[in-house]
Amino acid sequence: MSDYNFAYLDEQTKRMIRRAILKGLAIPGYQVPFASREMPMPYGWGTGGVQVSAATLTPDDQFKVIDQGADDTTNAVSIRKFFERTAGVATTEETTKATVIQTRHRIPEEDLTEDQILVYQVPIPEPLRFLEPSEIETRKMHSLEEYGLMHVKLYEDIARHGAIATAYAYPVKVEGRYVMDPSPIPKFDNPKMEMAAIQLFGAGREQRIYALPPYTKVVSLDFEDFPFEASKADACCDLCGAEDSYLDEVITDDQGGRMFVCSDTDYCRSRREAGHVGALGMAQEDAA
Amino acid sequence: MTPLFQVKGLSKNYGTHIGCRDVNFDLYPGEVMGIVGESGSGKSTLLNCMAGHLTPDAGQVMFDTRAEGMKDTLEMSEPERRMLSRTDWAFVHQHARDGLRMNVSAGGNVGERLMAVGARHYGEIRDTAIDWLDRVEIKESRIDDRPSAFSGGMQQRLQIARNLVTGPRLVFMDEPTGGLDVSVQARLLDLLRSLVREMGLSAIIVTHDLAVVRLLADRLMVMKDGHVVESGLTDQVLDDPQHGYTQLLVSSVLQV
Repeated sequence: MSDYNFAYLDEQTKRMIRRAILKGLAIPGYQVPFASREMPMPYGWGTGGVQVSAATLTPDDQFKVIDQGADDTTNAVSIRKFFERTAGVATTEETTKATVIQTRHRIPEEDLTEDQILVYQVPIPEPLRFLEPSEIETRKMHSLEEYGLMHVKLYEDIARHGAIATAYAYPVKVEGRYVMDPSPIPKFDNPKMEMAAIQLFGAGREQRIYALPPYTKVVSLDFEDFPFEASKADACCDLCGAEDSYLDEVITDDQGGRMFVCSDTDYCRSRREAGHVGALGMAQEDAA
Repeated sequence: MTPLFQVKGLSKNYGTHIGCRDVNFDLYPGEVMGIVGESGSGKSTLLNCMAGHLTPDAGQVMFDTRAEGMKDTLEMSEPERRMLSRTDWAFVHQHARDGLRMNVSAGGNVGERLMAVGARHYGEIRDTAIDWLDRVEIKESRIDDRPSAFSGGMQQRLQIARNLVTGPRLVFMDEPTGGLDVSVQARLLDLLRSLVREMGLSAIIVTHDLAVVRLLADRLMVMKDGHVVESGLTDQVLDDPQHGYTQLLVSSVLQV
């Protein structure tokens, strides 16, 4: 163990963050201001998510970090190592074993359970930011439930592209009250937000925390004649053959070669271990 | 007949300086009221107090609401007042860019008020927007262009369409023809006059241009130094001004 307090932050700071989290859970979708601390990483790398994780972790937790669904990208590896060093908690790459999962831009494919917590890293918590630049005005709009402007954005999408072109950070309405930015997850993940696990959202630079208690009603905004569609690439995973998972397109050479793979690496690995093979994949024994 | 809108003893001071003092009038449905006066006479202060943009120091601003009849708008809760200002009320700014969203297409600008009151059908919103653009003489092909690509006159017409789309009963206009050249002004006035007649709108128009009130307003109020110095039927006031200041104002108009 290092000389850091458990999970890096001091106990008073963690209490302050926990109070913000509890308030957030009590008012689903409401952005609670909190005194965000300087973290030993730049803004935009997940300072908000890290602070929420630090306030939630206990020594018995199993911690998992994903970045765009993957366990092995820089951001995920760094944050996992950070908590290994400062909290000494056990880490895992398996979604089912983890108790706290910090995520950047994805929700795991595996259904989460009631004893899990999903922590999102949020760059811009205010869904109305690019429509109404004044923070005073947007807060008033939230408190008076004036959300017509959100539909103006969707209207502009259809007018310009013929369909709702917003593909990520797709605005949702929580429990029929607050309109919330679900962080830049693909809209494919939006329907999954009605889940059994607790969802916490931390925005470090913007100093906001918001939350969804288990089984909260989350509705993606849309028009009657242009309903919401959870879209994904029209293909199946080339490694594990999954048809229902969100796919990344990977360019494999400069001859136009490309393949689709699951963005959730743990989901893909567990499927391949169970014997599923995609079009370009090899059976698991040979792959080693 | 009950008045649609009533102002009683409205006063607003800026420190020791008078903004407007003890203004009273009734406005009946379908009636257009003009407020004229020189710069600094308190006419914009009065308009902003009536429209809820400024809080007056004293007085009442009564409006005949659909649900509850005559009601003091200054005592309404904020959600109620904001709801009113995007359904039954409309406000046309002097500068179109104050009243428009410049980074949203013309159709989106017109549709915003509809979506704010709960319209959730894209096709219907778009049809209404096309209909309204047509009424203010903007071609349907311009519906997806941003207002920044429009001329000053078109921007002003778009602002009017955006305000009238929810079928308001009372429109506040602050120098609607200011900053436009004369031929564009004439067409805009013509358009406003026909819209007001067709929809049976009540309107309060603040301007320093006597030609505008002559064309649009049924009644006229002349303001000087925050006080109403003369009021009456437009033609009566302009053709037979009683107060010294009104006489000066009428005689200052250039005859071409």
